[in-house]
This record gives sequence, C-alpha cells and structure tokens, in this order.
Amino acid sequence: MGALPPNPQNVWTKKKMMTPGSEAELAEAVAGASGPFSIQGGGTRGLAVEGEVLSSRGLSGVELYEPGALTLVVKAGTPVAEVEALLAAQKQRLAFEPMDHRGLLGTDGEPTIGGVIAANVSGPRRIQAGAARDHLLGVRFVDGSGQVVKNGGRVMKNVTGYDLVKLMCGAHGTLGVLTEVSLKVLPRAEASATVTVTGVDLPGAVRMMSAALGSPYDVTGAAYDAGTYQAHVRVEGFQDSAAYRSAKLVELLSPFGLAEVQEDAGDLWQGIRDVSAFHERAGDVWRISVKPSDAADLAPRLEAEALQFDWGGGLIWALVPEGTDLRARINVPGHATLVRAAQGTRARLGVFQPQPGPLAAISAGLRCQFDPRGILNPGLMG
Amino acid sequence: MEMPSPNPAILARKGRLAERLLAVLPADAVIQDEAETRAYECDALTAYKCPPLMVVLPRSTQEVSEVLRICHEEGVPVVPRGAGTSLAGGALPTADCVILGVARMNEVLETDLENRIIRVQTGRTNLSVSGAVEEEEFFYAPDPSSQLACAIAGNIAMNSGGAHCLKYGVTTNNLLGATMVMMDGTVVEIGGAHLDAGGLDLLGVICGSEGQLGVVTEATLRILRKPEGARPVLIGFDSNEVAGACVSGIIKAGVLPVAIEFMDRPCIKACEAFAKAGYPMCEALLIIEVEGSESEIGHQLGLITEIARSHNPVELREAGDTDEAARIWLGRKSAFGAMGQINDYMCLDGTIPVSSLPFVLRRIGEMSKEFGLDVANVFHAGDGNMHPLILFDANKPGDLETCEAFGAEILKLCVEAGGCLTGEHGVGIEKRDLMLHQYTEADLEAQLKVKDVFDPKWLLNPAKVFPLSVTASRRTLKLAAE
Repeated sequence: MGALPPNPQNVWTKKKMMTPGSEAELAEAVAGASGPFSIQGGGTRGLAVEGEVLSSRGLSGVELYEPGALTLVVKAGTPVAEVEALLAAQKQRLAFEPMDHRGLLGTDGEPTIGGVIAANVSGPRRIQAGAARDHLLGVRFVDGSGQVVKNGGRVMKNVTGYDLVKLMCGAHGTLGVLTEVSLKVLPRAEASATVTVTGVDLPGAVRMMSAALGSPYDVTGAAYDAGTYQAHVRVEGFQDSAAYRSAKLVELLSPFGLAEVQEDAGDLWQGIRDVSAFHERAGDVWRISVKPSDAADLAPRLEAEALQFDWGGGLIWALVPEGTDLRARINVPGHATLVRAAQGTRARLGVFQPQPGPLAAISAGLRCQFDPRGILNPGLMG
Repeated sequence: MEMPSPNPAILARKGRLAERLLAVLPADAVIQDEAETRAYECDALTAYKCPPLMVVLPRSTQEVSEVLRICHEEGVPVVPRGAGTSLAGGALPTADCVILGVARMNEVLETDLENRIIRVQTGRTNLSVSGAVEEEEFFYAPDPSSQLACAIAGNIAMNSGGAHCLKYGVTTNNLLGATMVMMDGTVVEIGGAHLDAGGLDLLGVICGSEGQLGVVTEATLRILRKPEGARPVLIGFDSNEVAGACVSGIIKAGVLPVAIEFMDRPCIKACEAFAKAGYPMCEALLIIEVEGSESEIGHQLGLITEIARSHNPVELREAGDTDEAARIWLGRKSAFGAMGQINDYMCLDGTIPVSSLPFVLRRIGEMSKEFGLDVANVFHAGDGNMHPLILFDANKPGDLETCEAFGAEILKLCVEAGGCLTGEHGVGIEKRDLMLHQYTEADLEAQLKVKDVFDPKWLLNPAKVFPLSVTASRRTLKLAAE
C-alpha cells in the first residue's frame, strides 16, 4: 500500500476524540461545545475535517429487529459487520449493498451503519433496489445546537410531515449527528447468476447494459471493466428463476459479444462494489454520476489511467494522476466526487461538486438552520 | 376544522392582483369570477369548502414563475393544485389565496427508454405517464387508487404510494429530477437523468412536502420494463390474527410479492354486494400478487400457498387465467366505490408495524362499538398501510363530527402501535392537528426550519401539515411585515 497517498483520516484521528455513551450525552456535548467537530463513525470513509473528533461509536446496539416486518432499528455507531451478520442469520440483508471504502482508501477501523447512512453509501444493486436513502425509514439525530430530533419512524410507508429522513441521508453529518436509524431490510436472494459478455467496447457495453436493464429480467447489477473488455449483468432470486433469467439474458446479449453464465460471482460483485481494481494503484480516485448513455462519450475526455463503470454506465470510477481537476473535463449533466486524494487537492478542488447558485443558497440556508454555529463538519459540503 | 381568517388587506387588493396576473398570463388562464372559482373550492375531502380569491392556470414553468413572483411581491398566499384528488384537503383554498393549478401543463417532454426515464410536465395524470410508454412495454410504478385522475404534481407533493409499492417503492423512490419554482419566482433544477442528485437530498425533502416548499412543474421519473406476467391468489381466513401471521410468514420465507392486499369481513360483504366478485364470506381475505415468467409465478405461488395452508385457510383460489385474475382483483378495486354506494365514508390512512395488525384491528372493532359507527378495513398488508373506512351519514346532525373524532382515535392508535398518521395520503388539513401525537414540538420545529429556508414569508400552502398554533408566529410575522 506504499503507493497510496497519505490518508487524511489518520492525520486528524491523532487529535482529541469525544465518544459519548448515549444520545443525551452526545446532545449535551454538542450543546456545550464551541466546536468545530469532525463527525466520525468508523472513520473508514476518508471524510474527516479539521476539528475535534466526535465519534458515534459509543452508541451501538440493535433496538429492534422484526424479520417478518422487514424492519431493523439500530443505533448509529453499530458496526456494519454486526448488522450484516444479524440479518444473514435470518436470510435477510441490506439490499442497497453498501460499499466498504477501506481497501480503496487504505483506512482501517470498523465501518458503522451511521456512516453508511450519513454518506448514502450504495453499491451495484442500487439500480434495482434503490440507494441507502431508499431503505431508510427513520432517523434520530442531534442538530448543531444540541437539540435531539426524530423524523420518520419504523414503518415502510410514512408521509407524516416533511421527509427529513432523506435530507439527513447523504448530509454527511453537516445537518446533525445521527444517533439512531430505522431501515427497511429485504430477503437475501436464494441464488445469483451473472452473465459475462466478453470482447465488448465501451459504447457497445453501455448499449448492452441498457438492453439488459430494459428487459423484464429484473437485473440487479450491470457493470463494465474497461481493462478486460468484459461486461457483467447480474440476476438474483430463487434458484430456478435466476437460472431461467440468466439463460434469457444470454440470448438477449449474445449479439454484443461472447455471453456466458457464471453461477457464483460473489467476489466479482464485491470487487465492483469496493472498486478493488484501484486498490493497489496510486493516483486520485473520482466517482462520477451521469446519465448512463453519456458514459461512452464522456470516458475518453476524462484521460483516466483506469476506469470502472457500474449502474449500467451511470456510475463511473476514474483513477487519474494526483491533483487532476477532473470536473473541468466533464461536459455532461451530473456530478463528480473526489473520493481519494491528498489533503491539498481536497482543499483546492473540494470533495463534493459545487452546486449552481440557487441550490447552493438553499443548501447553505439549511445548514445555517440546523447548525447555526457552523460546528458540524464545517466546510465539508460547501 | 379551523382555517386562518382571510386577510382583509389582501381581499381589498384583488383588483390590482388580477391586473398584474393578467399582464403575464393569457385572459383564459386567470379565473376571478365567483361562480367559476367555486369549481376549486375543495378537493376530494369534500367536507371542507372555501372558494379562493382567484385561480390561475399557467401553461409553462415561465408562467408559474411570473405568477409566484407577483404573489410573493403582493404577499398573497398560494395554494398549488394538481388534479384536486387529495383526500387530506391538501388543495383546500382560503378566501385570500390564489389557487395555482397545473392541470394545463400535461405534456410529455422526453421519453428515453435507453436510460429508462420519462420527463413530463407535472399536470399530467399518473396513469397517462404509464400510457405514454405502454406500447414499448414500460410503465411508471407508483399506482395510487386515483391514478386515472391524479396528477404527478400531487403525487410528488404527497409522495403518493399505491398497491404495488411493496416491490417498486413510492413516488420518492421513482423521482430522479425536478424543475421547481420557488415562491419568489426563482426556477431551480434538481437532479436529472442520473441516479443520484448531488449535494443534500433536496429532491427527497421536496417530495412529500405538500406544496409548501415550491411548485414542481417538470419531473424526471424512472420507468421500468413490464414483467413478463403477473398473477394473484386469493386466500380467506377465519380470523384477522391468522391472516396477519400468514403475511408475516410469507415475508419471512423470502418471497416478495408485488402486492399483499387485506380486507376484513365488513369490507368483503360490501364489495361482494356491489361487485359480485364471488368472494368467500370470512373474517379476513388476502389478495397476493406475484410477477415473473409462468414458471417463476408458479414457483412463488407454490411457496405462498404452502405457507397459507399451514394456517388452515377457509378458501384458497389461484387465478388460472387472466379472467380469473381480473375477478380476484374486481372486488378489491371496487372497495371504495362499494362503500360509497351504501354510505358516506371517511377513508383513513395510518400505517402500523405489520406485527401489530391483529391488536390494532381488534381495538378498531371495540372502538367501532364505542362510537356507534361501522368500520370496514381494506389495506396494503405487506407494508402495514391501513385504510379503515368509517361509515357515517352526512345528513344526520353530529355524525360527521363523531366520525372525525373516531378517525382521530384510530390514527392515535396507529401512532401508539409504533406507526404513523399517514402512509400515502398526506397530512393536509385532515391530520394537521394530530401532528403533536406523533412528533414533539422540537421535531416539528426542525421541519418548520426547512420551510423557513424555501419559503421565508410562509406564503405557500401555509395553513396545512402543521397545527395552526405551531405555525402561528411564523404566519403572523408575515402579516406584520407587510
């Protein structure tokens, strides 16, 4: 891992850390402090800012799990591994397939469920099952003045008042510190089958993935590796059903290249989820979200050292030389996040894409309302 | 139901406001004649009516922007309106408001099958969105019961669901982008054809904000390829408890049907009398639909019937063909019409944890006796979204009030059971005053702060969603500032 840039997370975790043992303690800590705070779950996602670390790790444990109602309520600092093991014992899972950032960022520590939700972390299945935000039913959080707020609940359909649940998911702790989350969980599929099409170029792969995603076969993964010229399409479900649909997809996709079924491709999809192709390689890593059909024209403009395409082409991972301003090369609607870079580059380019004026004003207004003193992850999102 | 008294200063300025609006809109897009504004005096919650000051029917985002800018400058409240099918009074006017109807904005702007999206003007009806891509075998998933009439604008405002959201999610899970006009006339673009809009999830908070944060004029929606086929099974039980246990058993077994509908005896009886679908007379009836190829459907129905049999059903009927499938759905789909034939009714919309189903149904039965009004229950059992229908006689003095009091008690029961006041209809005026049963003042304050950002003068649909006492200072601040 010697080639990796210094991990900014480790720079700040050497500093003071506060680890409240309850929501009330956390609220008191925020109310009484002048900040700024760097909000941290497991500290594995490389999003630390300068300031005293406020950790959610003291808030851990399952509050409620009802497999028959597909509902899980869990404290924010609970390790993701613990949640996944609990669900697996009941043949259920987090369907949005959250990425593990440790390999890509060279971080260690235990990812927490609060971190997953705060960053709205989703994986390949996002195209079919939805993102983390689509599975989040309720939240409890402490806002920037130390006030405890709840929103949503534990039921799957809830339109009672404004949906602050969505607002908190992906706010990266800038609007409040999550203390508890309620999640919709789903049955784990009995079987999975992957159709791999070999010898297909990028424009062909995007068209091919589009054909698969526009088919009635309920595709739960569609990714392309520009290095090997291989596209992968995944179906999941009961054994016979997965076999039937993968056979249908082989028929549908054969005109694009040599199409073959792989029965168990769990490692392949975990690699796509965690962008393992970039793990041992130096350089900055960007995550770009675009309309899938824009991917083929955009890719050459990026002048990247390596590219990985997920979500049918709509999610592009790009490895570029350190310090590259990739946003300047993007000429289609969407946005780019700087996932891995040295501190100086992060400071210069910003982790998140700046928003157009009116949206930036709304976002700034919301941050000001929820964190009037500007002490929660200041500067992280704008 | 209390509504704020109209501001006399605004009523006095009607002429000037009309003049300014007519300067930016064609003459037929501004309705100020009292006989004609009456058509907009209520939505589908017909118990409450109030003709608005004026109605405007713009045809473009630009016209909506002009209207809002003028109303903002004049300090006039605006109530946005889709197709007026809200059951919660979301589009109920006040006498000093302008109704902004989007019904004339109903074009499909872009259909993109390759990227599986459609972009529409939000006055377009829900069903006609699917209609626009039906020939290509695609559909738009959220399917509220009112889908023939209701507009996408209202679906976004209320975050509407439907019978099939167990698998496909509700509006917020299928909305990728929006063009929205802020109260001051600013037009913002949020998200688009890519899967995740950047920055804070503004789309998430706008969806379900009941027209209080902005007016969404165009929407990018996710469309899906139709499944190869779908087929329902009908299962009757002699108790609600057993039916509830069966639902839980199916979900635990890893089957995820697209719909699990539940009807109790009073509802079965009314539907049978009305639609003659051939339903068995029993305590509880489930209609469960699965999708896929013939063999996939067969496999899933096999698992479901195996679980159902372990609960000793009194009836188990698989649809052999499309005619039989239609007959199974016939009664359920006519449930509301059937109820309307025999009585006036109020349709509730609370959600409960699926595990509390037997307890909540038993309590509703007891409360029905206490209040002396009958209740029929029909609901989406997979996600716990209940629709108790309280029967009353609108011509009998006091009956509506008793019905409302009963309804409020049922919704409080839903909250006590760990659920919520509304699963898909929205708060509107109907559940406004119950909000403090679900949320603390601090919880509500966090929501009001969001409105402060989007609509600092509190002019957009201001008397909805929150108890009037909670929003009073913000709304009067607005008046005092003038």
